[in-house]
Amino acid sequence: MNGPHDVGGRHGFGPIIAEDENLLFHGSWEKRVLGTTLAAASLGYWNIDASRHARESLPPVVYYGSSYYAIWLQALENLLMTAGEVTAEELSSATVAKPGHRVSRKLTEQEVASVLEKGGPTNRPGPAPRFSEGDKVVTRNHQPAAHTRLPGYARGVVGTITASHGPHVFPDTNARFEGENPQPLYTVAFDAKSLFGEDADPTLTVHIEAWEPYLDPA
Amino acid sequence: MHDHPHHDNEMDEMTARVRALETILIQKGLVDPKAVDAIIETYEHRVGPRNGAAVVARAWVDPTYADWLHEDANAAIADMGFVGRQGEHMVALFNSPQVHHMVVCTLCSCYPWPVLGLPPTWYKSPAYRSRAVRDPRGVLREFGVHLPEDRPIKVWDSTAEVRYLVIPERPAGTNDLDEAALAGLVTRDSMIGCGLLTAAEKP
Repeated sequence: MNGPHDVGGRHGFGPIIAEDENLLFHGSWEKRVLGTTLAAASLGYWNIDASRHARESLPPVVYYGSSYYAIWLQALENLLMTAGEVTAEELSSATVAKPGHRVSRKLTEQEVASVLEKGGPTNRPGPAPRFSEGDKVVTRNHQPAAHTRLPGYARGVVGTITASHGPHVFPDTNARFEGENPQPLYTVAFDAKSLFGEDADPTLTVHIEAWEPYLDPA
Repeated sequence: MHDHPHHDNEMDEMTARVRALETILIQKGLVDPKAVDAIIETYEHRVGPRNGAAVVARAWVDPTYADWLHEDANAAIADMGFVGRQGEHMVALFNSPQVHHMVVCTLCSCYPWPVLGLPPTWYKSPAYRSRAVRDPRGVLREFGVHLPEDRPIKVWDSTAEVRYLVIPERPAGTNDLDEAALAGLVTRDSMIGCGLLTAAEKP
């Protein structure tokens, strides 16, 4: 989607504020958002692509006006409401009106370490790759209103395949719960001038990962 | 004034809102607060950039390990015990006098958690995400890094589940240091490609 999250190459977001590497949170509430979001994922109502889509679907004025964990919190509330596990009334009143459904899937303290260590690999059996390293490709002018991982700045641009990762879960369908639909995944390199015009840094190459449905032969 | 109970402090409002959600989920039996505590504990105290620093230091002192890291970063990093969420498909990028690598996620905040922990706020900010792909040299200057004008820069936008760890150049004058001392020189920012290292630098 052409959402507020797709900021690569945009101007005007101001300076970068460096921070000490030991500073991870700016308030205890941020820790609870992180932990609750990861714990609630075990209920199985959404996947990582759907959760990303929940964040990028926030209205632009909300997205840009919210801190990172505030975006996470709003997305988590929305995911849980869509799942039917909480209601807006329960959230605003901070009281429970109906019992939970998937209580049997609650993540326990004992399961945390193994769930985090296992992670969620996305490589799958799937179709043989159509492209090889060194092939010239052009990204499609791909602008679905739903979730996609082709950044706006890299549409309709010629690049070169620099790595082939085999089939991976395709976010465009997975985010809509239409299946993992594994598609060959590549790393594609672009000259910065192709992406950002003649004034771009001549020493710069930018890489993205792109699934095969984002690409045509160049 | 009851209609603006948290009129001057976002933290208070956010604290109340998170507490409301967590309390509801606990009462419904959907979230175990001890599991939430364990997740926080993991990323506050056990999984962070010291993991990545250990990988870097080993690659500096052991060329065979560096080759393995280059060929199969997943296996080489797993050999150090660093595996899991947001590090399922690792690639290592070696900075050198010939090329400078820098990592970003323009679309969200993808980051190699098992080796670097949680991403810093700046990495997640629209300021970094927007400019890292267009003007990495300018971004680096804001971090106090001044690369030679002709040094090629490769930026890696993490748009899938592949996660990148930058292996910074070993600083000069460190021949006498052992692996643990070398790891102490490695900063988080250098492993994103936003810092250079000196022998005097402390993380």
